[in-house]
Amino acid sequence: IDYTGTEPSSPCNKCLNVSWDSTAPCNCTINFTLEHSFESNVFMYYGLSNFYQNHRRYVKSRDDSQLNGDNSSLLNPSKECEPYRTNEDKPIAPCGAIANSMFNDTLELFRIENNTRTRITLVKKGIAWWTDKNVKFRNPTGDGNNLTALFQGTTKPVNWPKPVYLLDSEPDNNGFINEDFIVWMRTAALPTFRKLYRLIERKDNLQPTLQAGKYSLDITYNYPVHSFDGRKRMILSTISWMGGKNPFLGIAYITVGSICFFLGVVLLIIHHKYGNRNTSADIPN
Amino acid sequence: MSLFGLKFGKKKLKEEERQLQANNRDFNLQFEYANNTIKTSKYNFFTFLPLNLFEQFQRIANAYFLFLLILQLIPQISSLAWFTTVVPLVLVLAVSGVKDAIDDFNRHKSDKHVNNRPVQVLINGMLKDEKWMNVQVGDIIKLENNNFVTADLLLLSSSEPHSLTYIETAELDGETNLKVKQALTVTAELGEDLQKLTEFNGEVRCEAPNNKLDKFTGTLTLRGEKYALDNEKMLLRGCTIRNTEWCFGLVIYAGPDTKLMQNSGKTTFKRTSIDRLMNVLVLVIFAFLGLMCLILAIGNGIWEYNKGYYFQVYLPWAEGVDSASYSGFLMFWSYVIILNTVVPISLYVSVEIIRLGNSFYINWDSKMYYPLSDTPAQARTTTLNEELGQIKYIFSDKTGTLTQNIMCFNKCSINGKSYGDVHDMSGQRIEITENTEKVDFSYNQLADPKFAFYDHSLVEAVKLSDVPTHRFFRLLSLCHTVMPEEKKEGSLVYQAQSPDEGALVTAARNFGFVFRARTPETITVVEMGETKIYKLLAILDFNNVRKRMSVIVQSPEGDLTLYCKGADTILYELLHSSCDSLKEETTEHLNEFAGEGLRTLVVAYKNLDKDYFQDWSKRHHEASTALEGREDKLSELYEEIEKDLMLLGATAIEDKLQDGVPQTIETLAKANIKIWVLTGDKQETAMNIGYSCNLLNDDMDDVFIIEGSTSGDVLNELRNARKKMKPDSFLDSDEINIQFEKSSKNSKVVPDEQANGVYGLVITGHSLAYALEGNLELELVRTACLCKVVICCRVTPLQKAQVVELVKKYKKAVTLAIGDGANDVSMIKTAHIGVGISGQEGMQAVLSSDFSFAQFRYLQRLLLVHGRWSYIRMCKFLKYFFYKNFAFTLVHFWYGFFSGFSAQTVYDEWFITLYNLVYTSLPVLGMSLFDQDVDDRWSMLFPQLYVPGQQNLYFNKVVFVKCMLQGIYSSLILFFIPFGAMYNTMRSDGKAIADYQSFALMAQTCLLIVVSVQIGLDTSYWTVVNQFFIWGSLSVYFAITFTMYSDGMYLIFTASFPFIGTARNTLGQPNVWLAIFLSITLCVLPVVGFRFLKAQLRPTPSDKVLLKIKEAKKRPPPPSPKRRLRRTSTRRSGYAFSHQHGFGALIMSGRNMRPKSPFATTGTFSPNSDKYKHKGL
Repeated sequence: IDYTGTEPSSPCNKCLNVSWDSTAPCNCTINFTLEHSFESNVFMYYGLSNFYQNHRRYVKSRDDSQLNGDNSSLLNPSKECEPYRTNEDKPIAPCGAIANSMFNDTLELFRIENNTRTRITLVKKGIAWWTDKNVKFRNPTGDGNNLTALFQGTTKPVNWPKPVYLLDSEPDNNGFINEDFIVWMRTAALPTFRKLYRLIERKDNLQPTLQAGKYSLDITYNYPVHSFDGRKRMILSTISWMGGKNPFLGIAYITVGSICFFLGVVLLIIHHKYGNRNTSADIPN
Repeated sequence: MSLFGLKFGKKKLKEEERQLQANNRDFNLQFEYANNTIKTSKYNFFTFLPLNLFEQFQRIANAYFLFLLILQLIPQISSLAWFTTVVPLVLVLAVSGVKDAIDDFNRHKSDKHVNNRPVQVLINGMLKDEKWMNVQVGDIIKLENNNFVTADLLLLSSSEPHSLTYIETAELDGETNLKVKQALTVTAELGEDLQKLTEFNGEVRCEAPNNKLDKFTGTLTLRGEKYALDNEKMLLRGCTIRNTEWCFGLVIYAGPDTKLMQNSGKTTFKRTSIDRLMNVLVLVIFAFLGLMCLILAIGNGIWEYNKGYYFQVYLPWAEGVDSASYSGFLMFWSYVIILNTVVPISLYVSVEIIRLGNSFYINWDSKMYYPLSDTPAQARTTTLNEELGQIKYIFSDKTGTLTQNIMCFNKCSINGKSYGDVHDMSGQRIEITENTEKVDFSYNQLADPKFAFYDHSLVEAVKLSDVPTHRFFRLLSLCHTVMPEEKKEGSLVYQAQSPDEGALVTAARNFGFVFRARTPETITVVEMGETKIYKLLAILDFNNVRKRMSVIVQSPEGDLTLYCKGADTILYELLHSSCDSLKEETTEHLNEFAGEGLRTLVVAYKNLDKDYFQDWSKRHHEASTALEGREDKLSELYEEIEKDLMLLGATAIEDKLQDGVPQTIETLAKANIKIWVLTGDKQETAMNIGYSCNLLNDDMDDVFIIEGSTSGDVLNELRNARKKMKPDSFLDSDEINIQFEKSSKNSKVVPDEQANGVYGLVITGHSLAYALEGNLELELVRTACLCKVVICCRVTPLQKAQVVELVKKYKKAVTLAIGDGANDVSMIKTAHIGVGISGQEGMQAVLSSDFSFAQFRYLQRLLLVHGRWSYIRMCKFLKYFFYKNFAFTLVHFWYGFFSGFSAQTVYDEWFITLYNLVYTSLPVLGMSLFDQDVDDRWSMLFPQLYVPGQQNLYFNKVVFVKCMLQGIYSSLILFFIPFGAMYNTMRSDGKAIADYQSFALMAQTCLLIVVSVQIGLDTSYWTVVNQFFIWGSLSVYFAITFTMYSDGMYLIFTASFPFIGTARNTLGQPNVWLAIFLSITLCVLPVVGFRFLKAQLRPTPSDKVLLKIKEAKKRPPPPSPKRRLRRTSTRRSGYAFSHQHGFGALIMSGRNMRPKSPFATTGTFSPNSDKYKHKGL
């Protein structure tokens, strides 16, 4: 579901020109209908288009040591982070363009049943790779667990409304190990990408996770993409053993298989027709 | 060296004339003549580093990587870490540097060895031992028997009468027969007297150093008188003193100025055609690279303008970048760095390694090892191997290369009976092998133990005192110009002017007619143990017109006899009519001998009437003192007496070919290699060898002989020959003529023409000199290349090189020169590949050659097996190498379109560093070291397999473009399949997989597996090593990948390995593997399909051969090597003489006799000795 709001008719059109530093959040709601019910776990993604997360300067604009909890890097981030290395002579944590541009819309899903809106529980943990969560990203270490103290001496990224140690209330999902942050930091390979936002877990075996019907998506619209012609989407999807829905491999296999078969037949005919001629060709000894 | 040498040479003004004074170093020093030091090395200790680096950076590739390195140091541009370039570059430079250093060290060593040879120099009246290098121009030095001549000397005096000095010039021109030099009378008087020699202060003026071996002009001024100097008085460096106890010489040219060194030509660095092609291709790739970078840079400019500008919210432009176009400009260089892997630095290193490996195969080949002289084959230059698989022209020396340079008396026909063949009980002729019983000559104490003869019946005949047999051998022992040397009682050494004569006299000696001594008037022969002294009355000497020689002797009994030997054609005319029947029988035998390639002579005798002889003798004396027309008168007299001869029989001398020469030549001819024989020998000898080693044969449509002595004659002869071979080649409509008119005058490449038959061409050195002149060159090349075989005789070393140069210039073909003597050095150096035979003529040829071995027959193995393999391997290597790097690099190009042209790499940086170095280097090396399409036996059996190499079919520009296209195709697949498979997908647990790191891993895994499969397809000969390398590399890849992406590595080097966990998270996904499999299928499918179609529809001749071999392999092993070739030539030749006038005059004049003959003591020059001057060389 595209909620960028480029079309004037879109409810989010009013938010189109939000900027990073606007204090008042812009809210909008989009209603949609699910034709089929989703039986198994549903994954909720946000998708961005025309967003060059794979630009070279963007990709390297981060400091892995800092994100890994290295205290010296925390206060003295790598040069790669320029120009998001320091702000007002204070080191930025997390530094770099990637962190700075973190996606910060809030999406909420409601089921509309007989005009009542039921909030659907969105699980926000378990959306990042285990290795990322546990190895690659670590909060800085020090006395106590008070993140506020640990991030002392650093400043928040320019675009962020709040510092990194206030990303979440739960301590194991806060700071650098906030999963939303981790997901964002895993840069996409292509300019059009989707990232896992939330999980909708199946509660019991009797009911589908999401029944067919009307839903509404509440968006706290913070993330401007209009300036570079970007698009934002919300995707609900289930997953098969082969991963997400992507018809490419299937089509490709069918095509290649047919080509192989066709080629096989052609070559067989050619072999029968010409093959014998050549074996009998005489060679001077 | 050439660089340095040149500089030195240019500093000095070009020498116009040389002036020097004997025993006056101070005087001579002012001219700064070179001293006798020779220098073939390139560097010394201090110059090594700068010079070597300078040379290495002259290579485009090295310079390019230096440039890249500088680019990478600019932070705005650097898209890869700087060490990715430095490490391999330093490695490459170090490896080549060490190799050069070792080579140069060896050259230093050999220079030192030569420079430190001792020689006796006359200094202040004393003979002092000096090193060669300290010899200066103007010094007088003393040489003793068997010494090498130190420098170019003016002969002053010697131990022999008339200060004759015998020298062997084998190192210089390859001729092993002795030559005589004689000093001026004024200097000869100096003798051995050191006092006089010290006082000798003659002043020499002569021409500047040059490379003409047979020419020298100068004057000696002594006590106010001028004496003319010519080549007869010069001893040249490279010669060896023989039969002369001592001699003194004045150094005229030393060291680099000597004719030998001047003749040895420039040392040029040889490059193979593949090398050159590679350089061109590298340039093409650079252009391609530039184009790609330009496209991407423009793309970047546009992108930054359209999108990046707006995207600055999230990604501001880099510092200092203020416009899209400037960003594009920077991006151009960034992409140069990223895409540089299309020209991988490891290319040159790998090529060197492959060549080195293949050289070791040559060194280790036990089938090219000659046990008798304990010489293995040796690849002295390791950079030319694949060129061995492309040879089109072979230039071969004759003496010592095709032949062993040993003459041996093989057969004879006496009085209508043929001797020499061995028959078994049933009268069947049997082959002579090592085991055949030799004739026992123990009855004769003076026999030469080395002489071998197998037919016992001849000995029987001798023992039975068969009159004709005795007369036959008596003739052989009398009629010759051989000089005996008996140092110890019973050990005779013959010094023959031609080895043929030596062989005949030796034969007679062994059969009991020992030629023991000679004086000007007598010949002492031990006949069956009984010493007889014959009076030598006249020698009717040999010359090229007469083609015969006779002696008139008086036996102890008083009978006068004329003994004559000569060419059959000539002698048959002179026979008495009573021997007609014998003539027929002998002719039959002669045909038989000639058919076996033997050199034949007919011998005859005639008893003379005393009165008649006296009369003749008187007239002869008159004639020989006549002032006008002496030659004519003499020959008239000779003809008068040499008639009505009685035929005795014929001799057959084998100019022993090396083993397997005819077979080798036949095989090489089948491989479409043209063989040119360049020899210093005279025409008849050369042609004879041509026939005996199957170069020429009777099946040929014609053999043209070019012997014109003016430019016009030569042109006519060449034209006529060509007219006959290809009549339409003179028409204007002929393609080549048209082409010539069109093409510019300078750069002509004569395409191959097809003659209408099989022809041979023989050209003499004299005509060759004309033919090599500017306007005739083209004629010569066109005519000669129409012929299957070309024989050039009487050529100088320089001409040999010129001929090679000529073919190199006009034919786009690879040439190989093979020889064994110093006279072949220039040719060996000129040809693309020089092969030295380590034979009897010294080591010069070997030292300047690229490959060396002991026997000519190994050449076929070198070319057909090693050369072909090396070529195939090199081609496969290059094909694969370019393919794999194109497939590797171009993925970045495609990715550029999706990453804002930001020079973002597709792969992990570590993968980029290791891809060429670790993951793919060993499999391709394995293939290019071990691959072979068929094994050596089949390669030799089917020489046709060699042809594709000559035509350069396996790697050329077309093939390269194919590789490139294949690489581009593969890179497309390798990018878009992962792209498609990743686009908007998720892992099976819903988490990310479309991220950059997973994509990188997937793409690189695809790539590596695809190139591994591709090498599997290319490999046609699987060894354990290949398997090990391929599987090993793949497993190393996975091992390294998992290690690098592991937690531990990340925690230790956080900044270096950001790909943590990617391998675990990605490679467990089924869709990743499905995508990998799909890419493999798609990459391989067209290749397999195309190869199959090509093999089915348009098989090349070699494909057919391979197919046939495949079939044959199923059958029992191939028949054993071919039976010995039987030649069926009916051609006869009667040549057993040297190509010069004999020693006859010398002997008769007694000049060279130790007991000084009465009319030789005066030392004045009689007309007679003038004559000698013309005759002897």
